[in-house]
Amino acid sequence: MKIIVTVKQVPDTSGKVAVNPDGTLNRASMQTITNPDDMNAVEAALKLKDETGCKVVAVTMGPPPAEGMLRELMAMGVDESYLVSAREFGGSDTFATSQILAAAIDTIGLEEGDLLFAGRQAIDGDTAQVGPQIGEKLNLPQITYAADIQKEGNTVTVKRMLEDGYMTIRVKTPCLVTCIKELNTPRYMSVNGVFEAYSKPMTVLGFEQLKDHPLIEVDTIGLKGSPTNIFKSFTPPQKGVGMMLEGADKDTCEKLAGLLAAKHII
Amino acid sequence: MASNFNSADIAAFKNVWVFCEQRQGKMMPTSFELISEGRKLADELGVELCGILLGDNVEGIAKELGGYGADKVYLCESPLLKDYTTDAYTKVICDVIEDIKPEILLFGASNIGRDLAPRCAARLHTGLCADCTHLDVDLNGYVNFLRTGSSLDVDNMNFESKLFDVNKNLKMTRPAFGGHLMATIVCPRFRPAMATVRPGVMKKRPYDEAKANAVEIIRPEFKLAAEDIKTEVLEVVKAAKKLVDLIGADYIVSVGRGISKDVEGGIKLAEELAEVLGGVVGGSRATIDSGWLSADHQVGQTGKTVHPKVYIALGISGAIQHKAGMQESECIIAVNKNETAPIFEIADYGICGDLFKVTPMLIEAIKAAKAAK
Repeated sequence: MKIIVTVKQVPDTSGKVAVNPDGTLNRASMQTITNPDDMNAVEAALKLKDETGCKVVAVTMGPPPAEGMLRELMAMGVDESYLVSAREFGGSDTFATSQILAAAIDTIGLEEGDLLFAGRQAIDGDTAQVGPQIGEKLNLPQITYAADIQKEGNTVTVKRMLEDGYMTIRVKTPCLVTCIKELNTPRYMSVNGVFEAYSKPMTVLGFEQLKDHPLIEVDTIGLKGSPTNIFKSFTPPQKGVGMMLEGADKDTCEKLAGLLAAKHII
Repeated sequence: MASNFNSADIAAFKNVWVFCEQRQGKMMPTSFELISEGRKLADELGVELCGILLGDNVEGIAKELGGYGADKVYLCESPLLKDYTTDAYTKVICDVIEDIKPEILLFGASNIGRDLAPRCAARLHTGLCADCTHLDVDLNGYVNFLRTGSSLDVDNMNFESKLFDVNKNLKMTRPAFGGHLMATIVCPRFRPAMATVRPGVMKKRPYDEAKANAVEIIRPEFKLAAEDIKTEVLEVVKAAKKLVDLIGADYIVSVGRGISKDVEGGIKLAEELAEVLGGVVGGSRATIDSGWLSADHQVGQTGKTVHPKVYIALGISGAIQHKAGMQESECIIAVNKNETAPIFEIADYGICGDLFKVTPMLIEAIKAAKAAK
C-alpha cells in the first residue's frame, strides 16, 4: 500500500506581501512555505505509515527550487518524491494543473488499496479546485474537507466537515481525500530524517516525460492553453482615512456613541 | 457524455444557470443571492435565467427561486439525490448541461459547492473561477466597478482584446494571495463559463410573489443508478450548538489577538457590547486558530465576508486577510493599543487604547445614547 500526497510551495501570504506597480505579486521578496493544508495531508499520510508501514510519496508541480520543500517533507518521513517541472507547465490554471498532476500520479501508479491525499486549498489562490479536478481526471471517488480519516482494510471512513455540521462518509480505496487543519498537527523534521532526506529518491518529471500521457492535452496546459486567463489584476482601493478620536476615556466613548446616534447608526 | 457535446463550440451555449443548493430540503440562502446576481447577468446578455435544483421531494421550494428572478427551474428529483454526494450530483448536473448547454453556470462557494463545481468543470472540459466576489458581462458595468473598486486609472486603460469579445464574456473578479490582490478572470474558449461565488457577497433582490408563481418548472431527463455513487453517506450531523449568523448580522463585534491576556474576559466584553447593539461576535483568524472561538465566528479571507452596518474591531491589528472579509462594512470602529495598527487605515472611527478599559465605557455610552433616543 502507498499514499500519494500532492503538495505545493506557496508564498507566505500571512506575512508582508509586496505588490509590484503593475499589480502583480513581487514573489522574489516573499518567504515560501509548504502550503499549510498540504502539511496536514502529509501528516495524515505519515500517521497511516506509522500504523501500517505503508509507503508515502509526495508530488509537487513547481519551479526547481520546490526541491527544497520535497527534501523537508522527506526529512519528516516521506519516502520518495516527484517534482513535476517544465517551462511548458508554467502559468497553468487549476484545470491545466490538475491534468498535469493527474498524469504524473498515473505515471507513478495508483493501485487498489492506495490513497491519494491533498490539502483542501493553497493559500496563494484559495481555490480548492485542483484536488477535485485531479479526482475527476483519475476517475477516483473523492471526499473533501476531511477532519478525521480512519482506514480499515480497503475502505476509509472520513468525517467530512460542512459549515453547519458534518457528514460521515465511507468509500473504497483508491480514493482522493482533501485535508483541513482540524485533521492533525503536523510533526517536525527529525535529526535523522534530515540526514536521510538527501539519500531518498527524488524524480523530476518534465514535459518530455509527460507530454504523451493520455491525460495530457498539450493545447490546454500552461499560460496560453489554460481555459481561464487573467483579464486584469489590481490592488483593492484603500478606504479614506477615518477619524481618530482623542483619548481613550469615558468622554471619548460618549463622543463616539453620540456620533453614531446622530448618524442613526445605532 | 452526450455524443454531440463540445465545450469549445461556444455558439451552441445559451442562458445563465445557477446551481441552487438545498440541505435537508431547505434552500441555502446563497442560492437566492446567486439567483439575484444571475438575473443581472442574464439581463446584460438578454437571455433567460434558470435555476437547477437537485434533491428528493424538493419541488415545494423550487418556486421561491422564481421570486428572486429565475425564469425557469430545472428540477431533478430522486431518492439518490436526497443527501449530497459528489458522484450523483456531478453526474446529474453534467448530463443535463451537456443536453441543454447553458453559457454561464454559477455555484455558491460553500463546502459543497467547492466540492462539486471543480468536479463538474473537469468533466465538462471548461474553466472555473473560484470564490468570486464580483461578476460582470457588460463592459461598462465592469469599468464602473473598477472606478470605485480598484486603484487602476481606468480612463487610460485599454479593455479591448483581439482574442475574445470583451462585451459578451463573463468577467469574474476574486481576491487572491490572501486578499492582497484582486484578479479578474475570463474563460473565453470554453462553455459554460463557470464560477463559484462567495456566500454573503451578492445582494438578494426583493422577493416578487407574482414572479414566483410564474416560474416554469421543467423536469429534465437524467439517468442515475445506485452503482453510480461510490461513496456511502453513513450519517449527516447538524452542529449541536446554534451557529452564529455573521452574514445576516447588522452589528458585529469582533475580537483579535488583543484579548490574549484575558481571553474569557475579552470575549465576555465583546458579547456584552454585541448584545447592547443587537449583534453577534466575530473573530480574527488568530482567535480561531488559538481555539478561543469556534470556526463559525471567523471573519476574513479564509472565514466569512461580512458587510454589517457597524463592525467593531477590538484588539484586531487588521491583517490584509482580515480586512478582505470586513472592509465593505458600512461603519468600522477600531479599538487597538497600537496606534500604527493597519486596522486604523480603514476604520471610520478609531480609539487608541486598551480594549479591556475602553469596551466597558463604550458599552455604557452606547446604552445611554440608545436610552436617550
